[in-house]
Amino acid sequence: MTFKLAASPHTHNRRTTQQVMRWVYLALIPGVLIQTYFFGFGVYVQILLALVTAWLSEAAVMHLRNRPVRHAWQDHTAIVTAVLLAIAIPALAPWWIIVIGTLFAIVVVKHIYGGVGQNLFNPAMAGYVLLLISFPVQLTSWPLPTELAQLPLPFADTLSIIFTGFTQAGHSLEQLRIGVDGITMATPLDSLRHDLSQSLTLSESLAKPIFGSLGGIGWAWVNVGFLLGGLILLKQRIISWHIPGGVLVGLLVPAAIYWLFNPDQAITPLLHALSGATMLGAFFIATDPVTAATSNKGRWVFGLLIGGLIFVIRTWGGYPDAVAFAVLLANMTVPVIDKYTQPIAYGHGGRP
Amino acid sequence: MSIATKEIEAGRIWDFPGGIHPPEHKHRSNQTPIAQLSLAETFVIPIKQHTGAPGDIIVAVGDHVVGGQPLTDAGLNNGLPVHAPTSGTITAIGPGRIAHPSGLPDTVITLTADGRDEQVTMPPITDFHERGRSELLDRIKQAGIAGLGGAGFPTAQKFALQRPLDYLIINGVECEPYITADDRLMREHAQTIIDGIEILLHLAGCQKAMLAIEANKPEAIAQFESLLPHHPAISLRVVPVKYPSGGEKQLIQLVTGRQVPSRGLPLDVGLVVQNVGTAYAVARAVLAGEPLIQRVVTVTGDHVERPGNYWVRIGTPVAELLHQCGFNPGPQQRVIMGGPMMGFTLPDLTVPVVKITNCILVPSYAELPPPAAEMNCIRCGACADVCPAQLLPQQLQWLAKAKDYDGLEKQNLFDCIECGACAFVCPSEIPLVHYYRKAKAEVRQLAREKMKSEVARERFEARQIRLEREKQERLERHRRAAEARKKAQAEAVAKGADDPQDAIQAAIARAKARKAAQAAAAAAKQSDDESNV
Repeated sequence: MTFKLAASPHTHNRRTTQQVMRWVYLALIPGVLIQTYFFGFGVYVQILLALVTAWLSEAAVMHLRNRPVRHAWQDHTAIVTAVLLAIAIPALAPWWIIVIGTLFAIVVVKHIYGGVGQNLFNPAMAGYVLLLISFPVQLTSWPLPTELAQLPLPFADTLSIIFTGFTQAGHSLEQLRIGVDGITMATPLDSLRHDLSQSLTLSESLAKPIFGSLGGIGWAWVNVGFLLGGLILLKQRIISWHIPGGVLVGLLVPAAIYWLFNPDQAITPLLHALSGATMLGAFFIATDPVTAATSNKGRWVFGLLIGGLIFVIRTWGGYPDAVAFAVLLANMTVPVIDKYTQPIAYGHGGRP
Repeated sequence: MSIATKEIEAGRIWDFPGGIHPPEHKHRSNQTPIAQLSLAETFVIPIKQHTGAPGDIIVAVGDHVVGGQPLTDAGLNNGLPVHAPTSGTITAIGPGRIAHPSGLPDTVITLTADGRDEQVTMPPITDFHERGRSELLDRIKQAGIAGLGGAGFPTAQKFALQRPLDYLIINGVECEPYITADDRLMREHAQTIIDGIEILLHLAGCQKAMLAIEANKPEAIAQFESLLPHHPAISLRVVPVKYPSGGEKQLIQLVTGRQVPSRGLPLDVGLVVQNVGTAYAVARAVLAGEPLIQRVVTVTGDHVERPGNYWVRIGTPVAELLHQCGFNPGPQQRVIMGGPMMGFTLPDLTVPVVKITNCILVPSYAELPPPAAEMNCIRCGACADVCPAQLLPQQLQWLAKAKDYDGLEKQNLFDCIECGACAFVCPSEIPLVHYYRKAKAEVRQLAREKMKSEVARERFEARQIRLEREKQERLERHRRAAEARKKAQAEAVAKGADDPQDAIQAAIARAKARKAAQAAAAAAKQSDDESNV
């Protein structure tokens, strides 16, 4: 009788990559629900489009690479990429925007580098930056939060505007974005950046109807939603606190100092924290393990770098938000960070 | 006394980085006392069961031996003897399957038992305090005692280097899931273990011993708590439950806060670590004169009807052990020697129990599922978080796959203790330890080849130098001979003999004259031919 040979260890805790990824996209749910509440069903349509594109393109690439398609689908990483990209773009953007972005993220950023685990750049953010640079108008045309919109947007009209560019009644996206005062409204960060550069004071800018008590209407709550999801991930030990902590410290500490010296012309730390993609970036995007630093010290440095870059770009850069650029720039530095933050191994003279 | 020593004395327990908490499954085998296994009919005794060279075989096929009789002696290689587990006849000496992950054969002695189980022992030494170190060390060596914790390092050898020691650490942690051999031994034979520790302290020439037990063994802890007040040199350290706190280096860090330098020994930081099983064996060898012919083995897992701990004679085939415990093999059965974290699977059951065998685990696939397909590393870093050696397992994995041996060296591959914590937590189910073992073997192989080629190069160069030297010597000899000849000639000429040089000159002159004559004749002939035209 012969017996089966196996390499030790013969036991394993049962948390697989698939389960890790499942936790990540399940933790996105609170944020996505809030985002849908404020920005309409377009969010779901974008997510669906992104998922279908991601699955099909991944299947095609795996087929070309002579690998089993099942293998790539099983790890659920494409789902995370697709959902992150879909919620990063405006809810009513034309359908081809998300399709191009997802195709680029999956085919070029992920699979051309060798598939899961091998990519240097965060696929969702690389896809987002490609779209932002190529189609700046579509990528900055966020719909108004529902409570500010002049026109209601039922589901049929949402589909119609994503696929044809017009509602069934013939309104274009631009018309939909006109607020109560008859002026096309920008996102809170965009509006702040514009106003501050026009030498308006912070309080004057905040008087605009897009701001509520907490921050930008809708945006603040969306950030709270992603913060909640992020805390769930921390609790479940899917992510460690080092990266999100680093991002928030790296963003908020310089922001607070700058604001203390310049209270009229600077965005408050609270606004920074609850605007744009801050929480989504800190807890869901920067924490992508593949493209982040690996040791805890390295993760901390990586997070600080992203937070600092977000502050710098938001304050002095050419774009209102900066999470995607900050993450990609930090991705490039990962090998260097890893090299200089290698922990001292046992018996090599480190302090016990 | 330094601050650190004060803290050690105060019983501080440090922490080591990383570690995991796998399901323990210890209750299954630790509920019943250690039972005596019935004698097998044949025993297979590998001659090498320890780290180091094997001893020389001193029996022959057909010899009748009694239990406790040495079958090998230390010999010229400074090996460790093995003993007959019972009385019987030597029926074969030759290659056989041994307990090693490679499954490669080694020399084994096969003994057919006669059933009478006659035993010999050495004279007991009860006044060990009065005896010299060398006598006691020799006894421990003659008893064939090697570290029973798993590494199998000859115990006497650990104490042979006379260096000042701060502490003797006795390892009763037993952090591997499933295994309870040391647990039961401590519960049932605490006094013998303490006697062994006293002997080891005497040998080590150090004042204090620390006995470390993991917190999940309250019965064993209670035993020692009641006995140790009579033994002021020995103090108890209860360490928290975490795998791999029983690893030698981790245990040292836990109870002293010190780290063994990379590629160094515990001796380098003034410590020696011994297993509780070894302390027990030492006590039996010294106080009762018994050589090491049996040990406690945990038999456990879903596929065995009577899990528990057994006194098993060394050399008992695993098949016999499992048979007596009610083994019901399932399809694709794994038989693991050791625990689920660091044990290795056996190719067949003719493999015998040896001095370092602490557990035979026969799990079902429900309790220890087979590994899923390996997926790509997602660099999640879970492995680095649990690595007790503070390595970056995912980096090591990339480098091992890429065969980047310099990179592996930089990432301190050889500081990996192969505890398996990284592979345990890996969400992509990468058999990380397997990659490291393979890479280590490759690096060692390369080093061996490099050494070989180095030796070959040195030999080649030495040969070149020798040839060159010989050539120079030959030329020198010739030169001297020529000089001597010339001198002799000159002396001869001076004495009036014919100068050989004259003869040479004369010969040259004759040859020149002949050539000239030939040339003249040829010229004359040519002019004749021309005139004839």
